[in-house]
Amino acid sequence: MENAKLIPWFILLNPLIAAALILFATRRDHGASAVISVMSAFFGLAASAVAMTLPEVHSSVLWINLPGLEVPLGVSIDHLSRVMLLVVTGIGFLVHLYSTVYMEHDESKARFFGHLSLFMFSMLGIVLADNFAMMFIFWELVGVSSYLLIGHWFTRDAAGKAANKAFLMNRIGDFGFMLGILMLWSTVGTVTFAGLAEKNAVATLTANPAFLTVALLCIFCGTLGKSAQFPLHTWLPDAMEGPTPVSALIHAATMVAAGVFMLARVAFLIGLSPCAVEVISWVGGITALLAALMATQQDDIKRILAYSTLSQLGYMVMAIGLAPDPHGGAAMFHLFTHAFFKALLFLGAGAVIHSLHHEQDIWNMGGLRKHMPKTALTFAIGTAALTGFPLLSGFWSKDAILAAAYDHNKVLFVLGLFVAVLTAFYMTRLFVVAFLGKPRTEAAHHGHDCPARMTTPLIILAVLSVIAAYGTTHWFFAHEHGINWIVATLATGAFAVGTFAGYTIYNGKDREPLSLPLFRNKFYFDEIYGAIVAGTQDVLAYISAGVDALISGMGRALGYAAWGAGATLRLLQFGNLQGYAFIFGLGVVGLIYFLIFR
Amino acid sequence: MSALNLIVLLPILNAIVVMLGVPARKSALLSSWAQLALSILALLNYDRTLGGYQFKTTLHVAPEWHLNLFMGADGLSLVMLFLTALVTLAAVWVTPKIEKRENLFYACVLLISAGAAGAFASLDLFFFYAFHELALVPTFLLIGIWGSGERQLAAWKITIYLAIGSIILLVGLTKLYLAQNVALLPGHARTFDMIVMAKTPGLIPTAEQGGIYIWLLVGFGVLISLFPFHSWAAPAYASAPTPAAMLHAGVLKKFGLYGLIRIAVPMLPEGAKVWMNLLLVLLVCNILYIGLVTIAQKRLDTMLGYSSVMHMGYIFLGIAAGNVIGVSGAAMLMLAHGLSIAALFAMCGTLRQSSPSLAFSSMGGVAKHAPFLGYAFGMAAFASIGLPGFANFASEMMVFFGSFKTGATPGALTFSGLQIATICGLWGVVISAVYMLRAYRKIFQGEPLAGSEPVKDPSCCVRWPVILLLAALMLGGLWPKSFLNFIQPSVEALIAK
Repeated sequence: MENAKLIPWFILLNPLIAAALILFATRRDHGASAVISVMSAFFGLAASAVAMTLPEVHSSVLWINLPGLEVPLGVSIDHLSRVMLLVVTGIGFLVHLYSTVYMEHDESKARFFGHLSLFMFSMLGIVLADNFAMMFIFWELVGVSSYLLIGHWFTRDAAGKAANKAFLMNRIGDFGFMLGILMLWSTVGTVTFAGLAEKNAVATLTANPAFLTVALLCIFCGTLGKSAQFPLHTWLPDAMEGPTPVSALIHAATMVAAGVFMLARVAFLIGLSPCAVEVISWVGGITALLAALMATQQDDIKRILAYSTLSQLGYMVMAIGLAPDPHGGAAMFHLFTHAFFKALLFLGAGAVIHSLHHEQDIWNMGGLRKHMPKTALTFAIGTAALTGFPLLSGFWSKDAILAAAYDHNKVLFVLGLFVAVLTAFYMTRLFVVAFLGKPRTEAAHHGHDCPARMTTPLIILAVLSVIAAYGTTHWFFAHEHGINWIVATLATGAFAVGTFAGYTIYNGKDREPLSLPLFRNKFYFDEIYGAIVAGTQDVLAYISAGVDALISGMGRALGYAAWGAGATLRLLQFGNLQGYAFIFGLGVVGLIYFLIFR
Repeated sequence: MSALNLIVLLPILNAIVVMLGVPARKSALLSSWAQLALSILALLNYDRTLGGYQFKTTLHVAPEWHLNLFMGADGLSLVMLFLTALVTLAAVWVTPKIEKRENLFYACVLLISAGAAGAFASLDLFFFYAFHELALVPTFLLIGIWGSGERQLAAWKITIYLAIGSIILLVGLTKLYLAQNVALLPGHARTFDMIVMAKTPGLIPTAEQGGIYIWLLVGFGVLISLFPFHSWAAPAYASAPTPAAMLHAGVLKKFGLYGLIRIAVPMLPEGAKVWMNLLLVLLVCNILYIGLVTIAQKRLDTMLGYSSVMHMGYIFLGIAAGNVIGVSGAAMLMLAHGLSIAALFAMCGTLRQSSPSLAFSSMGGVAKHAPFLGYAFGMAAFASIGLPGFANFASEMMVFFGSFKTGATPGALTFSGLQIATICGLWGVVISAVYMLRAYRKIFQGEPLAGSEPVKDPSCCVRWPVILLLAALMLGGLWPKSFLNFIQPSVEALIAK
């Protein structure tokens, strides 16, 4: 049993060691750095597989221990973290493998792998954390590693900007998150999840529903940032400036799912506040809808997928709000299946971008089906799973969410169904334009399947996208999970409508037949936020700087006045500092003498 | 003679021999290494099971006044001495070739270190104050003689401000000295002994505490750049030669905070309550208002100067909390801020030497040709905006927990003044990310500017000190107990029951 306690610590620290080794020792040796990073990802996967067989494990040390404040660093493997470990290390390993080819000719490959390992460490910390404070620590670290990876190609201006934006949006969310943690702690006196779940703690919290609701909504702000929910969603599409493997791992499968995971972790608290639950489900629903609408008019293959990720994350958050389930429920189920097919789609997009020499506009593609059949086939499977093609993994998990909506909130159910139509529509558009028809550019003619180290992860993920929902439902649901036939039928209908519309509108087209500027321009959120920042923060900063110049001037005037005119002032103008310092010293000594020894 | 006396004496002796003509840089490096070694030795030799003040030595100066050069250290002083020694070493190490009057330059740097160390090691009220004054004069000289930009103006400004601050502080300390209720003291005579003063409950009559506290708050406040007495800081740091900026922002400025913890917290708890709301307003101004001013800066050196002013707000917040969590966090943040701002100013100095201007508009893409600088500056910047892994985060977290706890009514949806200040402080964390990341993007990311010589990585003389500072920051960030174990018992002893 003692040995079992070492396993979570090993899972956590192994990527940190790899990152430290790479960043401090092998930074100049690209090959060795890649090997270290991939090996550590593999060990992590192996250890997580072992962890699946273990009973619940918990182990912690006190990090800060002050009277009244105990902050432990604790790791726990339980029903929730087990599944998440598998997702993070599994997809993490495949992405590492894929990156060895994708980043082959990058001149900062070692730095890339070092940061990738740092990300794995941070993410696993969130998964294993047994308390809010530790989760917050790793929450911030994930933000840093995401910043570093988005800005990997930092000489590009857009990459630096996107990295900053991601970090700041997350910080805004974390402002609320930390405040929520402080509020809960000030009431209950503990930050551990186990402590918060105790009867006394729950009783204290439920005694004041308004306070609890505000605290929970503050904590939910963390999710708004990390899982890019409306209104803090604008950073995720820009984050696509990072290398594509990063987009697959961090900005599709794992980090952005951390917000959902955190909500599932504290679902026992969220369920206590009907108001918080309502807000959470609506925020999720609105995000799902807005993002899906925006996705319909994007041309960049990665951005379409990014908006799709936003939309699917909205589904998950909505599911948490509809039915907070400490076992994870529909939200974690969808997180699980989504991780596979979205990672698959991103890696597929990466293969296309790689072989087309950094072409990302789908209108400059076309006919890729013939030139890169393996990529096209796996991409088709990913698309089918995402759009809810019957019996694939996405169908089951989306069905679980829609069923929850059907049971609890009919308006959100209709909204969810409509999003399902949109999902099928924009994904069909993407697939038809990029993979079917004829090549529209020279680059598209020369597309080719990538080496085995890149296609193998695609094939593995494609298989998982098909089967992931079979035999795994008991990980997410405490009770037997049945299927709601009405919902399943309607969802299949939504899939059919969306796919049919997408196919008929876009098949054989060479340019965008629809023009919907509102969606194309993402509802002008970036412009609005830019105006808000310019109108508040920048103006305030400008005014403050002006006021400060005034204070500074007043200080100077006061100084002159206090010092009086005459000799001192003349000395001042001559600028004889040494002389002044001497007089100053004399003056101080005299004053001391006068005041104390008089 | 104890290790403690040596830590203070070494730089003074060194300054004297340097003025007599001994090779300045070599001897200064040697003595700062020795100072650092001694401070670490003192930390290791401090008996934590025993606690309290150790390494005590007394030199009778004026027995009839009970005035003694009384030195000794508890965990808090030892941590501050460690900060002093480490930043001194770094400051001496990064000093570039000095063209004019090199020996005087190093003597000044060493005297700042001696003054700061002396203040942190003194347990006698008089010498606690006097040592700080000793450190101020060389600071003015360094800025006025070796500074850059509008150095004369900056030197005058800091001189006038800090001199007035010192005098206000002196009045406050004198009032404190005179207000002692002698009936409670052994021998029925007033004392300068800070241990006795802190340990005698009711020594300062409740009615007089408020009147004394405000003098101390303003006096120390000017030295710490508490709003609205902060305008000396940014121009002074921008003009100061690199070692002076590192030592003043990193170490000497902490004297005022140290004084508040050492004097105001134990001796004037009632006075603190009287002025609590004022302090909260001022510290929130330090965080939010100065934060906004920092955003508006267009040069790296003034931005760092203002950011250093802003971060004082968090330390004040911890002190205002007045409980063990908050004050320990504040004390640890003093260390963390000192280390991180010293590292930032060290690298700012390198950039000043190798690029035409420190204006953001004329910099760019530095990380491409100077990867070390890109990494190290990034780490120090992340440390200063409170990212986990560095001591600043752990300290800020303690400050926030400490200040949010005080005055809370569990479960009620109303916030106390301290809690509102905490919330403002949390938003300050967003503000600091805005200016730091923007500066980093402008200077280090993007393509190097065409037409100018690309900035190259600095020599080992800058690298090693920066690495040492960052290593200490990470030690405190990854395992806060390494410093907290010293700070916490001292703080517990100081906080009046």
